[in-house]
Amino acid sequence: VPRNYDPILHPFEVPREYTRALNATKLERVFAKPFLGSLDGHRDGVNCMAKHPKSLSTVLSGACDGEVKIWNLTKRQCIRTIQAHEGFVRGMCTRFCGTSFFTVGDDKTVKQWKMQSPEYGEEEEPIHTILGKTVYTGIDHHWKEAVFATCGHQVDIWDEQRTSPMCSLTWGFDSISSVKFNPIETYLLGSCASDRNIVLYDMRKSTPLKKVILNMRTNTLCWNPMEAFVFTAANEDYNLYTFDMRFLDSPMMVHMDHVSAVLDVDYSPTGKEFVSASFDKSVRIFPVDKGHSREVYHTKRMQHVITVKWTSDSKYILCGSDEMNIRLWKANASEKLGVLAPREKAAMNYNQKLKEKFQYHPKIRRIAQHRHLPKSIFCQIKEQRIMREARRRKELNRRKHSKPGSVPFVSERKKHIVAVVK
Amino acid sequence: GEKLVLSELLQPIRPKSALGRVRKELNRVKQKKAVELPLSKEEAQRVVREAAYVGTSKEVGRWQEVVLQHRRAEQMVFPLQQDIPTVVPLEQTASAWKARTPLEQEIFGLLHQTQQPTTDPLLTPQEVASLQAMSLEEARRRRAELQRARALQSYYEAKARREKRIKSKKYHRVLKRSRRRQALKEFELLQKSDPEAALARLEELEQLRMQERMSLKHQNKGKWARSRAIVAKYDLEARKAMQEQLAKNKELTQKVHVELPQEEPGDPPGEDLTPVTVPTVPSGAGTANPWMLGQPSHPAEGQEGLGEAMVPGADEAEAVSELAGDSLVPPVPAKELTSAGVEQSSRAQEQILLSGQLSRVQTVEDMEALASEERVEEQEQQEKRVEEEPGEQQEKPGGRPAKKPPAKRKMISLEAVMSGKLQELQCPVLPVVVEEEEGGIDQRGVITEAFAGDDVVADFQREKLKAEQAGKPQPLNLVLPGWGEWGGTGLKPSAKKVKRFLLKPPPAPPRKDRHLPNVILSEKRNIHAAAHQVSELPFPFERHQHFEQSICTPLGTTWNTQRAFQKLTAPRVITRAGHIIQPISAEDV
Repeated sequence: VPRNYDPILHPFEVPREYTRALNATKLERVFAKPFLGSLDGHRDGVNCMAKHPKSLSTVLSGACDGEVKIWNLTKRQCIRTIQAHEGFVRGMCTRFCGTSFFTVGDDKTVKQWKMQSPEYGEEEEPIHTILGKTVYTGIDHHWKEAVFATCGHQVDIWDEQRTSPMCSLTWGFDSISSVKFNPIETYLLGSCASDRNIVLYDMRKSTPLKKVILNMRTNTLCWNPMEAFVFTAANEDYNLYTFDMRFLDSPMMVHMDHVSAVLDVDYSPTGKEFVSASFDKSVRIFPVDKGHSREVYHTKRMQHVITVKWTSDSKYILCGSDEMNIRLWKANASEKLGVLAPREKAAMNYNQKLKEKFQYHPKIRRIAQHRHLPKSIFCQIKEQRIMREARRRKELNRRKHSKPGSVPFVSERKKHIVAVVK
Repeated sequence: GEKLVLSELLQPIRPKSALGRVRKELNRVKQKKAVELPLSKEEAQRVVREAAYVGTSKEVGRWQEVVLQHRRAEQMVFPLQQDIPTVVPLEQTASAWKARTPLEQEIFGLLHQTQQPTTDPLLTPQEVASLQAMSLEEARRRRAELQRARALQSYYEAKARREKRIKSKKYHRVLKRSRRRQALKEFELLQKSDPEAALARLEELEQLRMQERMSLKHQNKGKWARSRAIVAKYDLEARKAMQEQLAKNKELTQKVHVELPQEEPGDPPGEDLTPVTVPTVPSGAGTANPWMLGQPSHPAEGQEGLGEAMVPGADEAEAVSELAGDSLVPPVPAKELTSAGVEQSSRAQEQILLSGQLSRVQTVEDMEALASEERVEEQEQQEKRVEEEPGEQQEKPGGRPAKKPPAKRKMISLEAVMSGKLQELQCPVLPVVVEEEEGGIDQRGVITEAFAGDDVVADFQREKLKAEQAGKPQPLNLVLPGWGEWGGTGLKPSAKKVKRFLLKPPPAPPRKDRHLPNVILSEKRNIHAAAHQVSELPFPFERHQHFEQSICTPLGTTWNTQRAFQKLTAPRVITRAGHIIQPISAEDV
């Protein structure tokens, strides 16, 4: 169609586009329906989850009664159940090739299972069982080699064929709650211990590298799959801290929005966002470079969320809570799933760009950041804001009424770090 | 206690010579300095850790550039490595096959000798060699040509496949008839160009004719024909059908009339030959018989042939009329043109391409009539011009031959209009209002009277001045009479005091309507609009101008071209549905 782009013929660009942006923001809120479904079947709280490395529609979960279930996400059904341990299933991980997975439990064993269901008449038997002397609290598999690491009393690195660890890494005398391998520089490990520290290890040199001590204990950490030296730690003091491995004295970003302990964190495969699960019954999505969340998911039925995972195609979020359900959510709440026609896609892109352009205008910002919150979380937020204000006022008063320079200015980032130990 | 010294311990050894060597060793050792204490375990570990940390930091720091690039990138496409699966040609997978039997070996030996392809690859070795000999450009061109040829071939094949599947009888009948006519035409042409080939073709045609005469197909002798013959007495349709069959037979058994110029001079022209020749425009028609320029109708056409002939006939008529049009020039009535040069130039003007008319032309006869009409018209005008040329410049309004039919539409010629005398029309300057009343109420007069004292322009200027004064910031009057001087009713404070305490505000910024004398732009803040506006500069921006520019540039299709719109609204992250996004690895960078 021949068009005349003379601006005199198309006046009022800014007001017209502003109105379109306003409408787009409102419609985004109208279509924000992120909950897709729940996987029902566990008979005790879900303690840990694992993603299948090759199949997007498979997910594994371990419960507090020792049961491991394998789910098909497209049918939302459980395809396999294994009574893996007596007691909690403390951790599980899949092998990088997708043919087997490992579980550790309260019965001090590490078991390796086949990913394929057993044939008719066969019993569910692990390929391999390792009996240990102490309880193992976490497990993670190497991304490329046939090596896995467990943590409990200390961090052990095992070869798959051996029954005793290749090497044990210790630094201190506390119990370690989780261990994670770096997906990019695969010889690096990070662990969180119960004396409030995070330790980094190098597998090739068989030595720990550095320790950073925070104010409160870290529950888990997760490495960024696109940036080799970045990891995020989920802490008990309601915050998450993103660190650069080379500069541990101050975190890159402090993410504050939860009102109770943060229990689990997982990165999006694009490396731009991560999702966190908290003891306050909500799941939040944070961008890596921002200090506050862009999205919060909650349901009346969802209680304390113990574990969370972001699927490998960066479209869905799975969260397991202690009321025995695993819930499936959309990562972008108002996204239309499925194949889109080119015009639809163009319209969507245009709307997104308009929202970004006008995001600072008050009406649009108000609509875009409005989220409904359950009363408990809402009241907690208000209370914590009052507490923080009170602390800030006290600091200001102290500075005002004392010798200049005696009350130093400490940046928010450094406030939460106690020490970095070499 | 006391420190132990080595020399004291050595004293008892001195006299005995067997331990002389030992003594010497011990003396040597005494001279050396003491070895340092080994580090404690923690210290040693710390040293190792520090070194390892430094090394690992450096290794991990290799990713710094990549990470910064990804963070700053405008768009990221996931998964990072998109491998397009290529189909391995079957020849490569089946290359392990070998010839076993002696026959196979012989054949393959022959093929190999002449470098023929054994496994039917995409390019034979000769083609490969020739490609390598060519330069890149030539190779590209050649490949493009081959592609085109292959595409064309595929189209032809598809078309042929489609045509093969047509089962309609009517279509096939029509096709056969047209093919037959085509063959005869070709034969005629072939006659003129290549007599020997023409003879061969003639034989072929004779064969066909013989076949038709031999077969009894179209003679109305079969079962169907006999059944129809009974009904033909009463049924028109049946009669027609039988006649069609006979006509067909006649057509197929026609003899092809061959006109050989030198040979056979005394050949009788033929017993009952009906010459089938390509219709040609008879030469020498000239302007005397303009109707002869049309297409002569076919003598051997049956009833059903008219339908098809209409289309080719119409085409020919159009072609002929176009020809006529092209060769003629629009008429020029030379009423007031004095110079012959002007006449000549006017003759060489543009030709009429389309002639719009109100009546439709649908049959061949109409077409012919139309063509002849135009021709007659043009020729008469030509004649007219020819007559006028030698000096006669009088217009001949009625100089038309009586032959012309009365209802003729004459073409409007540009020159006639332009050179015609202008008619004077009475045009009033102002639109005249039709006065229907008899009292003569002059509305305009009434209005002007009513608003006589209303000077709109001056009023507006006064209003603008008032608005300006209202908009100006008022000076702050802090004058208090009586402090340091007499005050009271009727007394004014001194000029010094007034100068000191009358605080003038800074001058207001210039109004936006200062250059527009007919406009008042209100400078008051609009609260309803202010609710939608940004009050402070948002964080990522450092200048107001940058922020305003970013808001002013439109993004939509109304203001941008399609391509610009796509680039402006490109999403920051693109993922493929159903594809697993792996963590980045060294191969991706």
